[in-house]
Amino acid sequence: MGHKSDKKLIVEGKRTDGRKFDQLRDVEMKVDVVNRATGSAMVRFGSTVAVAAVHGPRELFPKFMQEQAAGIIRVRYNMAPFSVDDRKSPGPDRRSQEISKVARLALEPSIFLEDFPKATIDVFIEILQADGSTRVTGINAASLALADAGVPMRDLVASCSVGKIDGQLVADLNGLEDNYGEADMAIAMQPGKNKLTLMQMDGAISRDEFEKLVKLAAESCKKIYDMQKKVLKEKYKRE
Amino acid sequence: MMEEKYALELIMKGKRVDGRKFDEFRPIEIMPNVISKAEGSAQVRLGDTEIIAGVKLNIGKPFADTPNEGVLIVNSEFTPLASPDFETGPPGEDAIELSRVTDRGIRESHMVNVEQLAITPGEKVWMMFVDLHMINHQGNLLDAASLAAVTALHAAKMPKIDADGETVLRGDYDKQLPVVHMPINITVGKVGSSLLIDPTLEEEKVLDAKLSIAVREDGAICALQKQGNKELELSDIDKMVELAAKKADELRELVKEALKKI
Repeated sequence: MGHKSDKKLIVEGKRTDGRKFDQLRDVEMKVDVVNRATGSAMVRFGSTVAVAAVHGPRELFPKFMQEQAAGIIRVRYNMAPFSVDDRKSPGPDRRSQEISKVARLALEPSIFLEDFPKATIDVFIEILQADGSTRVTGINAASLALADAGVPMRDLVASCSVGKIDGQLVADLNGLEDNYGEADMAIAMQPGKNKLTLMQMDGAISRDEFEKLVKLAAESCKKIYDMQKKVLKEKYKRE
Repeated sequence: MMEEKYALELIMKGKRVDGRKFDEFRPIEIMPNVISKAEGSAQVRLGDTEIIAGVKLNIGKPFADTPNEGVLIVNSEFTPLASPDFETGPPGEDAIELSRVTDRGIRESHMVNVEQLAITPGEKVWMMFVDLHMINHQGNLLDAASLAAVTALHAAKMPKIDADGETVLRGDYDKQLPVVHMPINITVGKVGSSLLIDPTLEEEKVLDAKLSIAVREDGAICALQKQGNKELELSDIDKMVELAAKKADELRELVKEALKKI
């Protein structure tokens, strides 16, 4: 982000992949993709691919970690070594540990954890292919996986990236835009309640641009929310 | 538990444990260059919360994607002396988050002119290490840490390099670190429908959510991070940013005053 570069990210009013400013990439969503998990989902934004699986609610061990009043949620965000240009050494680094934390906080407000004392809900997000916006793609998959697992939720969590590239405000950054853009912001929402559960931004933008980006992010989250609902209804409709 | 409950009850009545207003910081002390061994340093106190930031400069290799730029590395230590809740061992997710959010405020504001930190472009550059050392945790570590980091960078000097081109001549300086901006990080907390800043430890434990906002002197917003395990209303965001921008201006003046003492 913010590297000085001659790279043009917008040519003749269009982005490098031909999209309009507020247009999401081609999105694919599937639920129930990991048979051994309680619930699971795959979400693809362009060539960014995330798979999420939920195990639980299940009893939390060691026992001293159990909470009497409510269950806990644990989230691991992990990138496959082959998901990026230069192989990523396996295992948690500082970036993935921070993302695991914010992803947990993005999902936690939606879950009725008070229904599951002494239990844990474990969410595993694997990024199989990375082309920008991996954390939001992972959160979208995790939200679907939680629904697929039958975990009672206040609302689905829909997540989206927005940013500023070549002076324009755009939705759903690809890898190139993420690397060479001027600012990027990740947002997660409960769109049905108009509440925000994740907000991270880097880059330098004005207050006015900031307000516009939040609005664009909220609109984009709504679009993603509708897609999530559609795929769940499709899967669980009565035969 | 009792203290937290009391803090929450007070907030609901529009009051705070130490009698402050919701938009008021605790007494702030900023002491630049307290560590003579460091190229730049600062000790910051927000009430009883205390932290020291040290800047060290080493010669190293640039990253492949930025061959002509110096390197910034921010690290934090939640030293066990600072709180009974901190343990030894590798940094946990809170320490990692604090480092990374502080890093983003510095990096994304383009606070340091990193192009001036290239020694031999593509081969040799200055590496800036900003180490954040917690001394006492009484709440709002992030704002204290970022205030200390920014002050330490502004206070930092560049050491000379020996004729061999490899050895840093410690303590022998030739100029200031090329620092051009002054981002200030302000964390705004939310409890119920109230917004407040600079929470004490007891208040921090009862916050529903918080938003950390780094604001530059020209008003640009450079980094954001939502924290806490409850939601924010979309309509809270503007108010939080407004409050952060106002307080950032006030704190920036304090840093400038402190830097005059060097």
